[in-house]
Amino acid sequence: MLLRLEDIQTYYGKSHILHGVSLEVQPGEVVGLLGRNGVGKSTTMKTIAGIVRPAGGRVLFEGKDVAGMPPYKLAHLGIAWVPEDRRVFRLLTVLENLRTGLERPGVTEQRKRALLDKVYTYFPVLGERREQAAGTLSGGEQQMLAIARAMMLEPKIILLDEPTEGLMPRMVSQIKDIVHRLCGDGVAILLVEQNVPLTLDATSRCYIMEKGAVQHHAPSADLKANHAVIRQYLGV
Amino acid sequence: MAIPLDQILIQTVTGLVNGMVLALVASGLTLIFGIMDVVNFAHGDLVMLGAFVGATTVATTGNFWLGLLIAAVVIGVFGALLQVTTLRPLLGRDPLTTILATFGISLVLQKYAIWQWGPSARQIVEPVSGQFPLFYLQYPWYRILTALLSGAIIGALYLFLKFGKYGIWIRATMQDRVMATAMGIPVPLVHTGVFAIGAAMAAASGVLFGPLGGVTQNMGFDFTLRAFIVVVVGGMGNLGGSILAAIFISLIEAYASLVVSPAQSVIVSFVALILTLLFRPTGLFVPTPK
Repeated sequence: MLLRLEDIQTYYGKSHILHGVSLEVQPGEVVGLLGRNGVGKSTTMKTIAGIVRPAGGRVLFEGKDVAGMPPYKLAHLGIAWVPEDRRVFRLLTVLENLRTGLERPGVTEQRKRALLDKVYTYFPVLGERREQAAGTLSGGEQQMLAIARAMMLEPKIILLDEPTEGLMPRMVSQIKDIVHRLCGDGVAILLVEQNVPLTLDATSRCYIMEKGAVQHHAPSADLKANHAVIRQYLGV
Repeated sequence: MAIPLDQILIQTVTGLVNGMVLALVASGLTLIFGIMDVVNFAHGDLVMLGAFVGATTVATTGNFWLGLLIAAVVIGVFGALLQVTTLRPLLGRDPLTTILATFGISLVLQKYAIWQWGPSARQIVEPVSGQFPLFYLQYPWYRILTALLSGAIIGALYLFLKFGKYGIWIRATMQDRVMATAMGIPVPLVHTGVFAIGAAMAAASGVLFGPLGGVTQNMGFDFTLRAFIVVVVGGMGNLGGSILAAIFISLIEAYASLVVSPAQSVIVSFVALILTLLFRPTGLFVPTPK
């Protein structure tokens, strides 16, 4: 087991956001997390990434309880977070954005070069614009940069939060391809998406959240065949 | 009343020289604010402590440059300790708590300086004693040297931020602390490092200023106040803006002292501060946010 959440309770101040979330991701698996707005999907991601600290429950990563560990240590362990608003470093160039994830202990110059070459192959546009400030990129390019930046950490899992939000259809299909390629590289992905058909296509299993807890869990193929569940929880 | 051109030119040189030393103090202050959202009211007292450490070293060894180096290193390490013990626990709290904490540090440092070095002013002997004629004045070369050295230190800081490995860490943390830590950057360490750099720069300006104004335990307040004005006028957390603002403020003060007494000329910088807060609260040298 790569990642396992056990009964996670998370609060923002006094408001109770996650009421006992439990889920699992196997190495190299693409898992979807569905649910309406405000049910706690992004908070679940932030809790795994260490951005918010759970008040209760366990976050097990490769069998070790990592709840409460600072985010930079989790990043070194192999947890990469791609937030929904992308959060590229707008004033840094594309290359500098990528370098933020490269300057880790134990990464040789050769390895850095290889990682950069790899993302430039995956996202040629980032190679063309490596000296350009990230804030001047289009929304789709910023999303690519956010994913590429996460890849610099050589993660075992990428927490991908709403990657297609606000993107043109052409970009959406590119993001879908990237999810497939990352999966082919053996990287696990926990995917939060409003685009239900894309999520069901890209993932092997899905968790459906409601009111801060997982209410349903099924193979994506079953959910595709059984629209009643999707309609019940997501209203689409 | 016509002001002779030579006086205006002399004041221009003086304004530029003062502006560069002030820029050195202010860039440390703005760096610390930009990365931690901490307004460091003890910054001027780090200038003062640096000046005392420098004065003691120069008095003992007779070597000004050694004094400059030792002051920067000692106060840099001291700044790191200060950040870890007093500011790190307060990070993310109400800004008022860090303002009060740094104000408290400022008082403690001043009292420490009296206890350690006594109430009388110390002098640092300038390393370059020559003068050159500037119109009707004999202008000291040392003043020009302080401006050049301040410029060199600020330039080195810029190159480090722009091209250094840790420079990228600092800039990324400045822009988005949360995303920086999620990218594996040890943000608490970056905060401590930046505070140490700011403190070392403050100490260096203290030593550079020492031969010009003397070293006293209450010299810090004036530096804090002026650097604070510069940081606000230049745009909080904006390094380039602070440097321009330091030169701008020093120049208008220098020109104002042609018309009023130097003590009164300080008023113009407060006027600049108030006008900036009223009409361009994001700073004079920052593009208006869209």
